Amino acid sequence: MIIRFIEFIGVLMEKPAEGLGRFILLFYAVLKGIARPPFDVRNIVRQMLEIGVNSLPVVLITAVFTGMVLALQGYTGFKRFGAEGLVGSVVALSMTRELGPVLSALIVTGRAGAAMAAELGTMRVTEQIDALETLATNPVKYLIVPRFLSGLMMLPALTVVTDIIGILGGYFVTVTLLGTSSKSYLRATWNFLQVQDIYVGLTKACFFGAAFTLISCYKGFYTSGGAEGVGRATTGAVVFSSMTILISDYFLSAWLF
Amino acid sequence: MIELRDVHKSFEENQVLRGVSLKVRKGESVVVIGGSGSGKSVLLKHIIGLLKPDRGTVIVDSTDLSQLDEEGLNELRKKFGMLFQSSALFDSMPVWENVGFGLKRHTRLSDSEIKKIAIQKLRMVGLVGVEDLMPSELSGGMRKRVGLARAIAMEPEILLYDEPTTGLDPIMADAVNELIIKMRETLHVTSVTITHDMKSAYKIADTIAMLYNGVIIASGSPGEIRNTPDPVVRQFIEGRAEGPIVLEGIIR
Ligand SMILES: Nc1ncnc2c1ncn2[C@@H]1O[C@H](COP(=O)(O)OP(=O)(O)OP(=O)(O)O)[C@@H](O)[C@H]1O
Ligand SMILES: [Mg+2]
Repeated sequence: MIIRFIEFIGVLMEKPAEGLGRFILLFYAVLKGIARPPFDVRNIVRQMLEIGVNSLPVVLITAVFTGMVLALQGYTGFKRFGAEGLVGSVVALSMTRELGPVLSALIVTGRAGAAMAAELGTMRVTEQIDALETLATNPVKYLIVPRFLSGLMMLPALTVVTDIIGILGGYFVTVTLLGTSSKSYLRATWNFLQVQDIYVGLTKACFFGAAFTLISCYKGFYTSGGAEGVGRATTGAVVFSSMTILISDYFLSAWLF
Repeated sequence: MIELRDVHKSFEENQVLRGVSLKVRKGESVVVIGGSGSGKSVLLKHIIGLLKPDRGTVIVDSTDLSQLDEEGLNELRKKFGMLFQSSALFDSMPVWENVGFGLKRHTRLSDSEIKKIAIQKLRMVGLVGVEDLMPSELSGGMRKRVGLARAIAMEPEILLYDEPTTGLDPIMADAVNELIIKMRETLHVTSVTITHDMKSAYKIADTIAMLYNGVIIASGSPGEIRNTPDPVVRQFIEGRAEGPIVLEGIIR
């Protein structure tokens, strides 16, 4: 009976375990690719533009409205016990520690992560990845390493932008619309914000950047089953990356306090 | 130069290769024929190490592929050029970068020199003025020829052609046959070609081998194959629907 049960669990876990194994091997191959120059600078720059610049408009709009709504809600809440002066701190803390990295990661996953999975998936099913191999080119190094590195670098950069724009959005609502003094908002922002907060936010951003590129590339790289498979890989990349970002965010927050 | 020994390969339940043995001497042109879905493309992918046999060995240049690490395999692959059945062009880059991909990766030539070579190779396959187009702007036959230009761009010692003439008009198909012959005569290329086109097979082959039910059932010079008494081979080369080869699901 117990053996049956263990067998059942074993069968149930076979696919995920196999997937995890392949994922770890892919990660290892990526690290090996990074450790071994030369780097394909042109490709890395192209991917950085793809991730960073193309996501910028959406990130900007999200950041400014998030900052604004935070300020609005903070103001409404704090007013009840006469602490309107703290709105700036709330906006600054939530943006740098939490919303900056998480929101930019989710947006970039939806755009760039989906695009990566679709592009690599198409290359897989149309044998372009095989063709790379026949041309003596390591596809992990050629395709995944540049995407991984640019995710790792661009997400912190986008997070900084999100933080700043979010804080400015909060400023606009608190100062321009609600008429609090500009000095008290800025004081509340600066006095509460510590280097630690920014460090936590950027560490998260690096982790998210690495996670979404790896997951999306993994999904694309191991696509099978034609156009339908590419669709599945793309959806899977977005769902898995988003879940990973949101779940790991909690644990990173707990560990990095 | 190339030797497959008792190669077996299955995909899940589907046993595709069931003990294929094939020898290709240096400078020889071997043509593999066989029905659709018989595993010809799978066979070709084993020669360049894209697929690994479940059982058996693949030997190229007296090296067993399974003994090579990744770098060794990549070094060996620099001797190869491969034309994919589906062309497999990189659709993120223009035609000339496709053709010059190997040169870009493995030589120190400048972009303008690479483009010049690419244009010259494209000319060899009968394509003029397409170098700046994207692959999505080409017809199927043009894509095939770009794939062919990419395969020969590095002047490899071994060429693997997967259905080089499929999808081409008869005149262009013959021009491609001539090109394959020229590659062998002038550059002493060793080649394995897959084709359904018997006319092309007779023209370019030193040896024709037929893959059937996962094994090579016959192999010989074009003359020997043409006059073979083997009913299976006869049916195939004469292109008859009735005979010992059973076409599942086709009612007649
Ligand atoms: N990557 C793969 N995964 C699973 N099955 C595969 C794979 N590649 C090929 N097969 C199976 O192997 C068999 C042989 O395929 P292959 O492409 O070698 O046929 P072929 O002889 O080249 O046919 P055609 O003349 O139509 O190109 C088919 O049944 C196919 O479904
Ligand atoms: Mg085929």
